[in-house]
Amino acid sequence: MEEPKIGVFICHCGTNIAGTVDIDEVREFAAGLPGVVSARDYKFTCSEPGQLQIKEDVKNLGLNRVVVAACSPRMHEITFRKAVAEVGLNPYLLQIANIREQDSWVHKNGSTEKAKALIRAAVQRANLLESLERREVPVTPSVLVVGGGIAGIQAALNIANANHKVYLVEREPSIGGRMIQLDKTFPTLDCSSCILTPKMAAVGSHPNIELMTYSEVEDVSGYIGNFKVKVRKKPRYVDSELCTGCGICIEKCPWKTDSEFDMGLGKRKAVYTPFPQAVPNVPVIDPDVCVYFEKGTCRACEKFCPPGAIAWDQKEETVELEVGAIIVATGYDLLDPSPLTQYGYKRLDNVITSLEFERMCSATGPTGGELVLKDGSAPQSVAIIHCVGSRDKNYCEYCSRVCCMYALKYSHLIGEKTDADVYQLYIDMRCYGKGFEEFYKRLSDEGVNFVRGKVAQVTDQVAGEEEQGKLVVVTEDTLLGRMLRIPVDMVILCPAMVARADADEVARRFLINRGADGFFLERHPKLEPVATASDGVFVVGCAQGPKDIPDTVAQASAGAAEALSLIDRGTVEIEAATAVVDEEMCSGCKICLALCPYNAITFDEEKKLANVNDILCKGCGVCVAACPSAAITGRHFTDKQIFAEIDGLLADVKPPLVAV
Amino acid sequence: MVTGTYEPTIIGFLCNWCAYQGADLAGTSRMEYPPNVRPVRVMCTGRIDPTFILKAFAEGADGVLVGGCHPGDCHYLEGNYKAIRRITMVRRMLEQFGIEPERFRLEWVSASEGAKWAKIVEEMTEQVRDLGPLQWWENVREA
Repeated sequence: MEEPKIGVFICHCGTNIAGTVDIDEVREFAAGLPGVVSARDYKFTCSEPGQLQIKEDVKNLGLNRVVVAACSPRMHEITFRKAVAEVGLNPYLLQIANIREQDSWVHKNGSTEKAKALIRAAVQRANLLESLERREVPVTPSVLVVGGGIAGIQAALNIANANHKVYLVEREPSIGGRMIQLDKTFPTLDCSSCILTPKMAAVGSHPNIELMTYSEVEDVSGYIGNFKVKVRKKPRYVDSELCTGCGICIEKCPWKTDSEFDMGLGKRKAVYTPFPQAVPNVPVIDPDVCVYFEKGTCRACEKFCPPGAIAWDQKEETVELEVGAIIVATGYDLLDPSPLTQYGYKRLDNVITSLEFERMCSATGPTGGELVLKDGSAPQSVAIIHCVGSRDKNYCEYCSRVCCMYALKYSHLIGEKTDADVYQLYIDMRCYGKGFEEFYKRLSDEGVNFVRGKVAQVTDQVAGEEEQGKLVVVTEDTLLGRMLRIPVDMVILCPAMVARADADEVARRFLINRGADGFFLERHPKLEPVATASDGVFVVGCAQGPKDIPDTVAQASAGAAEALSLIDRGTVEIEAATAVVDEEMCSGCKICLALCPYNAITFDEEKKLANVNDILCKGCGVCVAACPSAAITGRHFTDKQIFAEIDGLLADVKPPLVAV
Repeated sequence: MVTGTYEPTIIGFLCNWCAYQGADLAGTSRMEYPPNVRPVRVMCTGRIDPTFILKAFAEGADGVLVGGCHPGDCHYLEGNYKAIRRITMVRRMLEQFGIEPERFRLEWVSASEGAKWAKIVEEMTEQVRDLGPLQWWENVREA
């Protein structure tokens, strides 16, 4: 191996590093390390002149290894790899010492000593770094979008309009998601289905979109640019090719159950489309409700279906897709407020959730758009309770972002439909978006009662004549500094938006991370808001965190742009830091074969040797650590490199030589 | 040789996807914690060869902390499960060497658990500080 000529570049990061780390001391220390030919510092090494400093030194001093002591490698490793590559140095000959996130930012004392240790470790490791070549592989020019709500719909249309194939997978019988359940949208009060159904229809008829409803992604394998996806299509028991969507089967079906789409407020048949504008407009038969599956009788739908589309013998099928990128747009759930017993949900009549209210307001909903109490009469007074589970450390610490605004919208809708008095029980009014403050002002002028305070209790224990037959909202008014009892006929709860109940399973399937709040984690909160820890997998919409429709649409288009820029490129570079088997050392024991999570290791029966497929290998190194003959090398994380790093970290506390 | 100024040195092996990111997040969130843990980034806890841990102790570390993804959340599907098995063996080996169990820890820290990382480092630093330097070579001499 050539004699190492290492350059060390120490970044001040303004005062972020230089504020706590003594740069001069560290630079002088680095300059004295074996193999180091130059040690320099700069205010911002990642800046153009900072990178130039590195490039100049590589050219002029003939550096063959570069150590940058700066922020986390997760931040700027790519930047510096590119910089050294521009002057002809292999990008894998660069080593980062993280003296910001894991040093200067977290230690008041001792950060200079730690910086020295980190730099010494990086220099020692750099001595042993080896050049690696990245390979380019072709990209499958199609995209999988998971979830057919507004986020998935927007992303799918963006990509399909750019003339790329999209597979849109939706679990429910129709696309539309949460947005199609809503009645009006804030702050413009335009009708949700009026603005969404044209987009849904466009998805249904788009030549580049293959819509797979009533289907779920079962398995994902492969890697960026070349994913293999297994999709399970549940049987509809209705032949989509023959069905004309006439709806006669639904009309004739005698079996009913609670409608999931109407949040259990209304009924649906055993054969159903969730709502009239469903896309595709092909019903499904629910085998748990349909009596045919239990007793083999009835078959009313089959008798009356004009084209004979009922298909009892349909079976579940699994389809395999090949895609270059994946967009996860699986949306959110609403927190079930029944564990917050103080609000009386499910215990007291006429305490409903926001989504139930949306369905009640909808002209196609269970009450035909009438706002009614359980007894059928119109409410005289309504209380809307904000932050049910949101901004509450017992449930969800975060703000769900949309509740203040939709609660204001409810005031308006209640005013349109009834003469009821409306009380908004809020902690803070957060009306931050475009047109939001104006809407707040408008509603204040419409005569809404705002009460600032967290509601203690909703009760039917009345304390006087005027409370007779009412629900009593007990709350503190923190602006007046007194307790209030507000008798009302109806209480609407605004529950927190939470991650889907099966978000953990979905995260595992797509190898993405979740934040402390349970939502999917973006790679960087500001600069990579739709990328995830898995290259080629993007996350958009409320699956990433609570947001309103405009933000969801914007993020969905961002995800589509990221996916397009990946698949349009034609090729993708794959990781070079993979495992490799030394044929001389391999004993053919096959231990590694069973360990590899990607089946990237095959066994050559003729030579009796293990072999790593470096396109499938993702470089986790589990086989490297397991090989009893030490025949497998994990490139860029070799035993020798890691030993050198450990050695460098401990050189100042090293034990004396001991004769044993 | 326990003195009032003794500060232990702990080597941390952190997986790239969870614990390392969690530690980065502690930095981004400016959570202060003791500087005693010196990190080594590996792609997965499944890559951690028991010899890495032994090497760290042999070279003078007073403690070793391994941080990985929570079970089920491994970026490489199940590398952390393989780490658990190896680490069980390492624990037994360390015990036979007479190394106190508190000097070695395996922790699950997700990319969003910066606060957890800071707390673990603080706790472990205190524990190891209380134990004093490992100084195995002193014992070797006695034997």
